Amino acid sequence: MENNQYLREEIIRMSGVNPTKCMKCGKCSGTCPAYDEMEYHPHQFVSMVDNGEIEPLLNSTSIYKCLSCFACIERCPRGVEPAKVVEAVRLIAIRRQGANRMTANDIPAMVDEDTPQQLLVSAFRKYTK
Amino acid sequence: MKVSYFPGCTLKNKAKDLDAYAYRSAEALGITLEEIENWQCCGGVFTTANNEVATKLSSVRALKEANDKAQPLVTVCSACHNVIKQTNHAMQNDKAFADKVNRYMAADGGYAGEAEVYHYLEMLRDLVGFETVKKKVVNSLKGKKIAAYYGCLLLRPNSVMRMDDPENPSIMEDFIRALGADAVIYARRNECCGGYISVESPDAAKKNSNAIIENAKAAGAQMIITACPLCKYNLVKSGADIPVVYFTELLAEALGVKEDTNGK
Repeated sequence: MENNQYLREEIIRMSGVNPTKCMKCGKCSGTCPAYDEMEYHPHQFVSMVDNGEIEPLLNSTSIYKCLSCFACIERCPRGVEPAKVVEAVRLIAIRRQGANRMTANDIPAMVDEDTPQQLLVSAFRKYTK
Repeated sequence: MKVSYFPGCTLKNKAKDLDAYAYRSAEALGITLEEIENWQCCGGVFTTANNEVATKLSSVRALKEANDKAQPLVTVCSACHNVIKQTNHAMQNDKAFADKVNRYMAADGGYAGEAEVYHYLEMLRDLVGFETVKKKVVNSLKGKKIAAYYGCLLLRPNSVMRMDDPENPSIMEDFIRALGADAVIYARRNECCGGYISVESPDAAKKNSNAIIENAKAAGAQMIITACPLCKYNLVKSGADIPVVYFTELLAEALGVKEDTNGK
């Protein structure tokens, strides 16, 4: 596995997270409401970033599955804040040109008469740049 | 008393009731919600990365306007509240971030996180007082068993939100009791409904939402209240067979101001 030191440091800088504090208890993944949707889970994000294994994360749809519910941040016994790591990896992915996961053309197929604006702005915030 | 008010995108569209009931109930309690001029959408989700600046400017502008008027900033939607409060916290605690923001906003003058942000529930608890709310109730909801659904955004991260105990909250239950109803306590009241995953994976949202509804019903709930339009949408779309209503609707009903009498 490629060890990407530059991206590791960039993620640490953007997120403010120190992944070496993680004691690998798995509580973040245990409490994650999107666990079943993810290929890589919150504890794996922390440990893979710490090991410089960033590319598999950048190429996984797992980066779009975090719900920003902050459960892992609240419940981590070491204050590692895994969601901030997921967020940093996601941003590095979608800041690349042409990497948007969603466009305005996708909206009509997603909405029904009750769809709150909040749903669309939140999805756009997470899926596009 | 007058406060600044950030309604947000959904309260002016799909959740107009949430907005109107909030406004009329506040008036009945002696508080005028003064809408922020030309407010812009908060973006729905706070981006935790410290090098995301432009996406947070709408929140800073709203905060700054409230602060310039020496008024607290009140929010109703859970998402707006979370984004604005986390942005304010970053302005207070991350000097490098605040410096970048203030360079963007040079023409508007500087801001350093001075404004006070209250969710409407906090306004009821801390500025009005639940005892006062109780005295103003004209239609008691006595006998109703109501479950508070907090979801994620009101309470977390607690190091910033500071609304209540994030794992054993009571503010919404105290609100329910002030209106004369019984508060139903259940385990999943602060777990996520699935949020925006419903655009890509409606089944995943349904699974999370169903677990919340079933848990509330098993504890005896006849109704669920929420502050969040997306929570309401996900809970209703997952097939809730008990009513899911905005907390402000319940308040307006209890205060006797549910019917529109003044054209607002």
